[in-house]
Amino acid sequence: MTTPETAPETPHATAPGPAHASPAEPEPEPAPVAASEAAPEAAPVTASEAVPSVTAYDVRRTLPLRVEAVRQFRRRRTLVAFGILLVLPWVLVVAFKAGGDPGTGGVPGLVDVATSSALNFALFALFVSTGFLLVVAVALFCGDTVASEAGWSSLRYLLAAPVPRGRLLRQKLIVALSYAVVAVVSLPLMSLLAGTVAFGWADVELPTGGTVPVSTALGRMAIIVGYALVSQLVVAALAFLLSVTTDSPLGAVGGAVGLVIVSNILDAVTALGSWRDFLPTHWMYAWMDALQPEITWTGMVKGAAVSTAYAAVLFALAFRRFRGRDIVS
Amino acid sequence: MRVGGAFRARWGRTGRAARWAAAGTAVALVGGGAAWGVGVTADRASRVETSDQRIAVVDGPRDDQRVTLDTTFYRPAGRADVPAIMLGHGFGGSKRDIADQARRLARHGYAVLTWSARGFGGSTGEIALNSPDYEVKDTRQLIDWLARRPGVRLDGPGDPRLGMAGGSYGGAIALLTAAHDRRVDAIAPMITWHSLADALFPDAAGAGPSDGVFKKLWASLFFTGSAGRTACGRFLPSLCEMYQEVAEKGRATGSAVETLRRSSPSSVADRIRVPTLLVQGQSDSLFPLDHADANARAIARNGAPVSVVWFQGGHDGGDPETERIEGLVLDFFDARLKRRPGAFDGGEFAVTRAGGLDSSTREVVVEEATARTYPGLSHDPVRLPLGGGEQTVYNPPGGSPASISAMPGLGSLGSGALGAFGPVGGPLAAERPGQFAVFDTRPLERPVRLTGAASVRLRVDGDGPLFAKLYDVAPGSGGAATGGTATLARRLAAPFRVSRGQDVTVTLPAMDHRFDRGHRLRLVIATTDLGFATPAEPASHKVRVVSPLTVPTVRALTTAPTPVPAWVWALPLVAVALALLIVLSGRRRPAPARPQDSDVPLEITGLTKAYKNGHLAVADLSFRVEKGQVLGLLGPNGAGKTTTLRMLMGLIHPDSGEIRIFGHRVSPGAAVLSRLGSFVEGPGFLPHLTGRDNLDLYWRATGRPLDEAHLDEALQIADLGSALDRPVRTYSQGMRQRLAIAQAMLGLPDLLVLDEPTNGLDPPQIREMRQVLVRYAAAGRTVIVSSHLLAEVEQTCTHAVVMAGGRRVAAGPVAEITGSGRRLEDAFLELIGETS
Repeated sequence: MTTPETAPETPHATAPGPAHASPAEPEPEPAPVAASEAAPEAAPVTASEAVPSVTAYDVRRTLPLRVEAVRQFRRRRTLVAFGILLVLPWVLVVAFKAGGDPGTGGVPGLVDVATSSALNFALFALFVSTGFLLVVAVALFCGDTVASEAGWSSLRYLLAAPVPRGRLLRQKLIVALSYAVVAVVSLPLMSLLAGTVAFGWADVELPTGGTVPVSTALGRMAIIVGYALVSQLVVAALAFLLSVTTDSPLGAVGGAVGLVIVSNILDAVTALGSWRDFLPTHWMYAWMDALQPEITWTGMVKGAAVSTAYAAVLFALAFRRFRGRDIVS
Repeated sequence: MRVGGAFRARWGRTGRAARWAAAGTAVALVGGGAAWGVGVTADRASRVETSDQRIAVVDGPRDDQRVTLDTTFYRPAGRADVPAIMLGHGFGGSKRDIADQARRLARHGYAVLTWSARGFGGSTGEIALNSPDYEVKDTRQLIDWLARRPGVRLDGPGDPRLGMAGGSYGGAIALLTAAHDRRVDAIAPMITWHSLADALFPDAAGAGPSDGVFKKLWASLFFTGSAGRTACGRFLPSLCEMYQEVAEKGRATGSAVETLRRSSPSSVADRIRVPTLLVQGQSDSLFPLDHADANARAIARNGAPVSVVWFQGGHDGGDPETERIEGLVLDFFDARLKRRPGAFDGGEFAVTRAGGLDSSTREVVVEEATARTYPGLSHDPVRLPLGGGEQTVYNPPGGSPASISAMPGLGSLGSGALGAFGPVGGPLAAERPGQFAVFDTRPLERPVRLTGAASVRLRVDGDGPLFAKLYDVAPGSGGAATGGTATLARRLAAPFRVSRGQDVTVTLPAMDHRFDRGHRLRLVIATTDLGFATPAEPASHKVRVVSPLTVPTVRALTTAPTPVPAWVWALPLVAVALALLIVLSGRRRPAPARPQDSDVPLEITGLTKAYKNGHLAVADLSFRVEKGQVLGLLGPNGAGKTTTLRMLMGLIHPDSGEIRIFGHRVSPGAAVLSRLGSFVEGPGFLPHLTGRDNLDLYWRATGRPLDEAHLDEALQIADLGSALDRPVRTYSQGMRQRLAIAQAMLGLPDLLVLDEPTNGLDPPQIREMRQVLVRYAAAGRTVIVSSHLLAEVEQTCTHAVVMAGGRRVAAGPVAEITGSGRRLEDAFLELIGETS
């Protein structure tokens, strides 16, 4: 893309400058012309034509990930989201401790074996969060990222900096997804910690009966968290698309969460038959297939296929839409 | 809870009553269907013609009983010369139960005849249990009827190309008819019996039915299920009396055994010489897998090809695998009746195995393992020593409470997948204390897959029926047989009768079950079982094992990996292709730069922008700004100033025309924008960050070196003092304004664009700002100020462009626009057409 062109230093005198500059004011020294034009067909700025000023612009250095991460991190929203995810396991621990033993009898579920070990507890925490809390967290990080900038009007200054639109989206997407990943991973990790403190380490008891040794269970846990991440991709993608479409962060986050709710409602309509396989949330709980003596992969493979397919199209639409959009915020 | 819900669903499903009546066909009752009479209705959607008719037949030992059978004939519309299939229904059902399956077969090019057997549905007569004197004679006359139907392919005069299929009762009639009538060309009986006597009076010690243990619960459901006017409903009176006698005694009688044998393929197995597909259920305590095994061996002995399929369902419930089984049957008939050998290549033996539970579909994933040859029930045995010395078991007085294995009529509790890893204890304890002996193997060093019927030799001191069962004991806390980790494999029990002091070899129920590494196999010998007749008098037996447990295995059974639907791979690929198309299409090519204009800070030509609502914001705007100028962009509200500046920043795409900055055409994100500093339509800051951080992060976002930022000069202009380190959300309007102008000046851009820069500033600050702008331009840079404060423009700007209604109405040096002696205000009002 870029053709860095180092032009000879331009003496200040060659620039046609009016002579009535006030000597009292700080007269900035013109920077040497180190022309770097992003457009390939852009002609190098030759010394005689150049205005002495900043030209050390390199599109690859615009909006570094670190900068975007810092911009997002200090937000109250980010801190609150992480706070909830990190406190929730302890709240659950208190709830289990206060409520006594989970009821026995009836059908087995993750809740019945939740207190048997740290890993069981982490699985339970993941189970109760997958349907809504993690969805909200992922939608928050991905849906808010562009829309909030538009809301603050800072978007237009970033774009005029200029951060090219595709690059701005890419950097923001990487940072948003990273935060979402950290959020989704932090919950089971904190649950493991809380579970270790409260219930200790032991083999994982499966709700379907039987146990899995810790070494295997940790691997299963990694698979489960990995799948949970993949299955949330569709939420992330929709939130991101809405984020570049609307200037209201709440609208973007709410829209993505709303989709999950509508999809869950449709999923309950069994009359839809196998069409439900293609609902974005149909496979959201497929990671429970890893909680059996033998992992069943079909559900997770199907879920990953559906999620990535939706996500690819939605992300593409987001980039396409943002590229052609008039920024009037 | 999702997982909980899944299990509830399973429990509910297996709890369905009278599963056996549906006889494994597992098709839902079809509502309506065809009308009575001989009217022919063409089903246009499926292209199947159906006709209902009552066919009169004559049967009985002396061929003197007239019976009319209620039948339906299905044939594919518009096709002649198709093979025929006779489809029988299960016990207690009628032809309506199998209408769906018949229709599907017809759609695949078969003429299908379904009928209600005598004594069932709309047919007259009494149930004779597939007797050669009654039902077999009926079906032979149905074949005569079929042979006369036009469109049915004939192999010879009066000999249609004919297959027979059906479940349970309908399967047995297929076997018996094939034995009695040479015109049958292929049969596919499902979940049916080999010997009805053995099924109702089984003896796992091999002594035969005359001394077998009465399977009372199943038998009672069988014989009293259709009770109507009489105690036995529509049974032949002689059969009814037979049942009443054996039920009362709890033992077989010689005549009963003889009668049941006549109704069994076992009596005529040497005469079945047609290709056979035997489908038997792994959840079947009525006709267990050994019945299919006996049929298979008998027919294979005659030289006919036999394939055996074990599926998950059966009379006890479980996954009916309707689609898979119907597909297999169809393939089988395609191969045998349509003579397409390639259609059926499943080998001689196939077993479906329950894999894990698919939590999304809430169904058990079923895998199919196949082998080329049928191995029988005692193939390649592994011998596992059993621990546990001599134990004494007690028969409770009255035979109650009884242990529970399968529950006829309720389906088996936890059959299928749940049986594989569901808890056995819980509310329904399987074993009763004191009534059972336990013999365990050592924990397995490697998994053992039992395929067939395990056997063990026992020495029993006592007399009476006993029940042998095989448990799968998972490692862990489960101690007793009723412990949470011991699972009765397939919930099947093998009853056997012992006589004092005799060693017996007991054949345990045939099954396909995987015992995992670390698990133990547990042999339980119990004195009672709810499903069987046990003596009322109390007794005790000493039981011990005198041989290792013989566990047959079939290593040749291989499982093809579960295929995932094609869409699993296709969908993401299509999506990615679509995504690439979306992103790559409609890209705008940047226009070439004009090097000769590279010292013109701004040139706008023919710029036009209409918003989506039709409002023409900027129309054919052209002007040029030279270096060193301070240009005032003037115009009333709605003149298009801000839209122009937004286009200048690359935020809005112009409809036509172009903007060039230093010769480079402006497009979104164009590199030349790095030489532009802008403050348009108010400040834009991250409210949670301090002013200093905002400027710092903004500059870092531009990707340019920090030493080019000239941050100190910018901060001097902002003049925020200590407020600089407070979050921006605490700032006043004026503070934000100054910070935004400072941000625009970061890096000292060659072209500075400020929109209403003095809004919110106090007079000293306005004055200061004015000087800053003048000095800025004096250094050879260019400043564009958009404003509606005419006095300010007059005092600051060297040049001005006046806009109204999106058009340029004047441009030039300020002095030229005002003319001599006029104020800018007058000139402006005149220009925009609002002269006072």
